[in-house]
Amino acid sequence: MSIEARFRCDRGDFVLDFNATFPARGVTALFGPSGCGKTTVLRCVAGLERAPGGVFRIGDETWQDGRVFLPAHRRSVGMVSQGESLFPHLPVLGNMLYGRKRSRIPPDPVEFEALVHLLGLGDLLARRIDTLSGGERQRVALARALLCGPRLLLLDEPLSALDAPRKAGILPYLERLCAQTSVPVLYVSHAPDEIARLADRVIVLDQGRVRAHGSVDEVFVRLDLPLGIGPDACAFVEAVVRAHDVTSHLSVLEFAGGTLLVERSDRPPGARLRVRIDARDVSLTLDRPERSSIINSFPVRVVETADADTPASLMVRLDAGGAGLLARITRYSAQALNIAPGLDLWAQVKGVAIFQ
Amino acid sequence: MDGFLSPADLTALGVTLRLAMISTGLMLVLFTPLAWGLARMRSSSKAVFEAIVALPLVLPPTVLGFYLLIALGPRGVVGGALESLGFGHLAFSFSGLVIGSMIYSLPFVMQPLQNAFQALDPRLMEAAATLRASPLDRFFTIAVPLASRGFLSAAVLSFAHTMGEFGVVIMIGGSIPGETRVASIAIFNHVETMDYAAAHGLAGVLLVISFLLLLGVFAVNRRFARITGPGA
Repeated sequence: MSIEARFRCDRGDFVLDFNATFPARGVTALFGPSGCGKTTVLRCVAGLERAPGGVFRIGDETWQDGRVFLPAHRRSVGMVSQGESLFPHLPVLGNMLYGRKRSRIPPDPVEFEALVHLLGLGDLLARRIDTLSGGERQRVALARALLCGPRLLLLDEPLSALDAPRKAGILPYLERLCAQTSVPVLYVSHAPDEIARLADRVIVLDQGRVRAHGSVDEVFVRLDLPLGIGPDACAFVEAVVRAHDVTSHLSVLEFAGGTLLVERSDRPPGARLRVRIDARDVSLTLDRPERSSIINSFPVRVVETADADTPASLMVRLDAGGAGLLARITRYSAQALNIAPGLDLWAQVKGVAIFQ
Repeated sequence: MDGFLSPADLTALGVTLRLAMISTGLMLVLFTPLAWGLARMRSSSKAVFEAIVALPLVLPPTVLGFYLLIALGPRGVVGGALESLGFGHLAFSFSGLVIGSMIYSLPFVMQPLQNAFQALDPRLMEAAATLRASPLDRFFTIAVPLASRGFLSAAVLSFAHTMGEFGVVIMIGGSIPGETRVASIAIFNHVETMDYAAAHGLAGVLLVISFLLLLGVFAVNRRFARITGPGA
C-alpha cells in the first residue's frame, strides 16, 4: 500500500510543486529549511489548504484529485502541529475524546489505557489545559490525534516549540509511538537528529520542490544537497550494540564498516540504534593510525568529493563496508594526500553521537 | 414594589423588560452569523459593512426612529408590504418597537461578537476540523464556548441599551400603555406633568437594574477570564 501526493500551488513569492509516492507504513520525514514548503504540504494533505488539481491517495482511498476534494473533517488524519492546538475550554480528557466521539469508532478501553500508558498521561486526564507544560500539551495532542483512529498521522514539527530538556523528555514517547503504531506517519522537521531517531525515510524539500527521497542513511551523505556540504554535514549510521565495558565506561557497537567505541549506552546488547558522525569529526589518513588518542578508526574508500561551502574545505564521501560517511577536510590536505575517488585509506572518528 | 410604583408604571416597566428580553434574544440569534461573517471577511468592502453596523452609535435616535417610522408605517416598504399581505403595519406597535430596538442596539451586539470571533485562534478551528468536526459542529463546540465572554457582553450591553431607549421609541412607538409605553417614556411623561415623585421611583428602579446587570457582567467576566484565558 502506498501514498501518492501531488500538490502544486502558486502563492506569488512562493511556488510549491510537490510530487512524491512513498509506502503507507513507518515514518516518512519531510525535511528542509524553514520556508521550503514542508508545512504547506502537510496542510494540503490534511485538507486545510486547497491546492487546485492536487492529488492525494492513500491505498485505495482518494482524498483529492481533479474531481474530488474531501474537506478536512472528512479526511482520516490525525494532526499535531507545533503551536497551540488544544481546546482551552475542555479538560485534558475532553480534548482527547473530542475527535474520538466524532469518528464513529466504538470506545475501546483497552486501547485507551494503552495509549494513556504509552504517552504517560495517567495523571493528567482531569487537568485543565492551562496547567500543562509544553511537553505535556504535545503528548495530549498526540493522544487526541491517535484516538480518532487515523489512517495517516501528520506531525508538523511537534517538538519545535519546546526547549531542549522538554524536547528530550518527549522524544522517547514519540520514538516508542512511532515504533509501535501501525499508522503511517508523515513527520515534518528541520532537525536531522529528530529525523534520524524517528524516520525510516526522508523526502528533502527545497524551495517548494522535492530534491531527494530515500533512506536516512543515504540522503544525509549526498553531496548534491545543501546540507551535505554545509558546516553541519553528518552521516547517520545503523549500528548494533555488542557489549558494554564497565571499566572503560564504553560500549562496543558494530556497524557495516567495523566497530565503534562510544560512551556507554544504556541499550542492551543486540539493540539496534542510529549513531551520528559529524563530517568535521572525521579525519583521513593514508596509513593505519597507531598510537593515537582517537579510538575509532576503520578502513574506508573515497566515493566522491565536492566543494564545501567555504573555499578552504572539501567534502569527501566515504564508503565503510557499505555504510556512507562524510569527512570535511581542508583542500590543502586533500591535495597532499591525493584524495580522489577509489582511493583506499583510513578514517579516524573523533566523536560519535548516540541517541539514548 | 406595591405602592412604590403605580400600576401604570409597573406596566411600563414590564413592557421595557419584555422588549429588552425579546429583542436581545432575537439579536443574539440573528446577528451571530453576521458577526461571524464579518469577523472572517477579508475583502476591502469589510470597512463599509463595519461603518453600517456602527451607524446607530452616532446617528441621533430620532433620525433612526424617523426612517423606521417611514419604513414600518402603512406606506413604507415594510409596513406597506405587510398591509398588502393582510397583516397590520408596524408603526406604533410592540413588534415595531422590537425591530427598532434591534437596529438601535445593532452595534452593541455586533462589536463584542465580532471582536470575540476575531480573537479566536484559527488554529483551534483547524485542529477541530482535523478531528472530524464539521463546520457547524466546530462553530458550536469551539467558537461559541471560546467567545462566551463576547456573547455575555453582547447580551448585557444590548439588554441595558434597549432598556434605556427613548428617541427611537417615541418616534415609532408613541406612548400606548401596555403596548409601546416603556419606562423611559413613562418617566418623561411624569416629568412633563411635574410628578417628580413618580419619576424618581421609576428612574431609581432603572438605575438599580442597570447597575446590577453590569455588576453581574464584571463579576462573571472575572471567572470567565480564568476559563477562556487572556485574549479570548
